[in-house]
Amino acid sequence: MALRLASRRLALKPMPYAFSRSMATTVGNTKEPLGAISEATSSSSPPLSPKHTTTIKEPSPDPESKIKTFHIYRWNPDEPSSKPKMQSYTLDLNKTGPMILDALIRIKNEVDPTLTFRRSCREGICGSCAMNIDGVNTLACLCRIPTDAGKETRIYPLPHTYVVKDLVPDLTQFYKQYKSIKPYLQRDTPPPDGREYRQSKSDRRKLDGLYECILCACCSTSCPSYWWNSEEYLGPAVLLQSYRWIADSRDEKTEQRKDALNNSMALYRCHTILNCSRTCPKGLNPALAIAEIKKSLAFQ
Amino acid sequence: MPNKLSGLQKDVLSLYRSCLRATRTKPAGTRPNFAAFARREFEKHVKMDKKDFGTIEFMLRKGRRQLEIYEQPGVTNIAG
Repeated sequence: MALRLASRRLALKPMPYAFSRSMATTVGNTKEPLGAISEATSSSSPPLSPKHTTTIKEPSPDPESKIKTFHIYRWNPDEPSSKPKMQSYTLDLNKTGPMILDALIRIKNEVDPTLTFRRSCREGICGSCAMNIDGVNTLACLCRIPTDAGKETRIYPLPHTYVVKDLVPDLTQFYKQYKSIKPYLQRDTPPPDGREYRQSKSDRRKLDGLYECILCACCSTSCPSYWWNSEEYLGPAVLLQSYRWIADSRDEKTEQRKDALNNSMALYRCHTILNCSRTCPKGLNPALAIAEIKKSLAFQ
Repeated sequence: MPNKLSGLQKDVLSLYRSCLRATRTKPAGTRPNFAAFARREFEKHVKMDKKDFGTIEFMLRKGRRQLEIYEQPGVTNIAG
């Protein structure tokens, strides 16, 4: 007590610089200097009466609010015998960002932290947030929330995929198929001048509309043919990637790539249903790529 | 037990057998641990309703995935 009184007396006096430092000072009697100072300045005068302060009210519903209902597919693998269910969430669109992904993130942050979905880049370049929104496979980050608040939005995982949890699909099979087409440059001869493998502008142009594919699996999972034959039929996304390497002027295994596709299942299960081109969130045309492969096989 | 097993029952038994077969690739000292682990995982769900096909199929897929992981040569022991 004697020490504290001493320090209080000290604090009231104008102090040399060394005494005013709070941490790491070695001066003996400045133990607890902050406490001492605040004690000295916090007055014993009574608090301001409530007449002079504003009242904080309970939040009232905003008449401007646009409440929209989202029905979201839920399934928890930790309770495997419980059936999948649709859960409804309501959000005020005025407080939510413009995209479906913003709504999902807001639900997860503020309403229900158990909601599970994949997301990463939030700008349509990673392909993580592919899901079925109002019956269309698309990326949640590229899909605007329909502003019509009266209409309810339904969100499901990608169709005909095994579900890992909630909106997370199991894409193991899809990635295995992608691996099977050897999606990398295969070449034995070194470049003539020992530098990069170069190509002409017109050769490079052939890859436009192919290289942009982010493998979100929206197209493959929208294809009925892929639904029924996903074991053997490669599906539009993987075939588009396959064509990306067939069309590449630098690749030297073009013939082997074509041979691998030349059977009744891997390629020819495509019946030009064109769901793939219609759904692609990047605006690519997998059906055209598949048609090009078929053409190159037919005329070789 | 009935003489004729359903397809699903056969699948479950075949998964269990491949689990036991996979234990043989493990170091001799730890094999009982792997076998006990496999048995424990199956017994966890021994009370499963046998008409609940969806759940059984899900558990089968999960089991196959787990087997794929524990089969890898890098896994040499497990809590017995």
